Amino acid sequence: MEPLLWMLFSAGGVFAALFIPVLLALFGLAFPLGWLPVPSHAQLVAVFGHPLSRVVMFFLCTLSLFHWAHRFRYTLYDGLQVKHLNGPINLFCYGVAIAGSVVAGYLLIQIGA
Amino acid sequence: MSDRHEYTEFHPRWYRPRVSTWWWLRGRYNLAFVVREVSSIFVAWFVLFFLVLVRAVSLGEGNYRAFLEWAGNPGIVLLNAVSFFFVVFHAVTWFNLAPQAMQVRLRGKRVPGVLIAGSNYLAWAFVSAFVAWMIVG
Amino acid sequence: MDDRITLQLARYRPEEEAEPIVEEYEVPCRKDWVVLDGLNYIKDQVDGTLSYRWSCRMGICGSCGMTVNGEPKLTCATFLTDYVPGPVLVEPLRNFPVIRDLVVEIGDFMRKLSAVKPWIVREEEKPLSEGEYLQTPDELDEYKQFSMCINCMLCYAACPVYGLDPGFVGPAAIALAQRYNLDSRDEGAAERLEMLSDEEGIWGCTFVGECSRVCPKHVDPAGAIQRYKLTAALDSLRHLVMPRGAR
Repeated sequence: MEPLLWMLFSAGGVFAALFIPVLLALFGLAFPLGWLPVPSHAQLVAVFGHPLSRVVMFFLCTLSLFHWAHRFRYTLYDGLQVKHLNGPINLFCYGVAIAGSVVAGYLLIQIGA
Repeated sequence: MSDRHEYTEFHPRWYRPRVSTWWWLRGRYNLAFVVREVSSIFVAWFVLFFLVLVRAVSLGEGNYRAFLEWAGNPGIVLLNAVSFFFVVFHAVTWFNLAPQAMQVRLRGKRVPGVLIAGSNYLAWAFVSAFVAWMIVG
Repeated sequence: MDDRITLQLARYRPEEEAEPIVEEYEVPCRKDWVVLDGLNYIKDQVDGTLSYRWSCRMGICGSCGMTVNGEPKLTCATFLTDYVPGPVLVEPLRNFPVIRDLVVEIGDFMRKLSAVKPWIVREEEKPLSEGEYLQTPDELDEYKQFSMCINCMLCYAACPVYGLDPGFVGPAAIALAQRYNLDSRDEGAAERLEMLSDEEGIWGCTFVGECSRVCPKHVDPAGAIQRYKLTAALDSLRHLVMPRGAR
């Protein structure tokens, strides 16, 4: 199990590193603050709705969540020294990741529907 | 080996200091490590933020505009600014560690670490430019 | 004009005190002196009861590891002039129980080293008559870096995971396992993987990287462990996809 979780963590780390900075810069800062012209709704539906985009976004969301789950789990072990609580911690971390992935999948299918 | 709390001639009492809960505040490398690990929380925040955006786009123009207004709230902007720092920190530390984690051999010779990290950064720049171009139009 | 520098030494005499205390000593600060020279001066001329380990005084035996101003260092390789004007705090190596003064108990480390089977494992030994196992320089390069470990335990002192969980196998032991896994003459990779592929083995490592930073021989145990993780992960994928496939 551990090797698989580590691979998800690694893949998530790569996706997160490559995609999140630009997406966060655009949607978190540039557009809301008006630094760049805001794309029209139609434009976003087109970009997000494209099947390839949806696949990439799905992988980005799920893998990033598993990346968080794995790293946060170990942060709790080492940072707060609560390794003895590893049952509930694992359940929480990977549970949230799985739930989030399901939500992401559902929402991504809905675009332009 | 003895846990007894007095000294006996051939079984000295070993001193075992406990690691403090604040071990990560001691030393700048330990601190940098924990900052790196904490960045994962902001990665998760981004996923949440992004899914809210996706949902808003799905629901229509009105919701999309409402989302942008919400995202423009000073609190959200501050959160996203902080997140941006952490997410970039994650990316930089990740790419810098890539050569240590993977050894690549080309025609029998080891590819120098700088090239491995460099190609990661190049990929990052390319992906960012492409995504920005697709979205900003 | 004799320059002096103050060494603050952690003294621990279990028969006298419950916790280490710091005592100060002044030693000459010669430009070619290392911390170990200072310790030897103190033991020789000031306080003969000081206890510490050392041997080769040239960075190859791995005996003299201690914590110098908070950092794990070989005291034979740490120059006093780098700490001018001082003082220099010398404590025993972190994450190990302290027996006395600057001497730590290394039994846990020794057991872990032998537990990873640090020898050439063969399914069938070649008879002597068939000669040596041959190896090309390229094959040697694959593992050479990981064979440079002098067992000084600075990496264990630096590793937060080992500090928090002494059950963790640790950087040097895992790097040593990799040294043999990557050796073309060895056939024991599967055996070692079975032993190390658990939470106290390679998966306990969170790639802090401190081990590689403090290693005096540039072994890069962190790199060894990450590469081992990749091998282990691909191996488990292969088993998932081909449960009865060829090994």
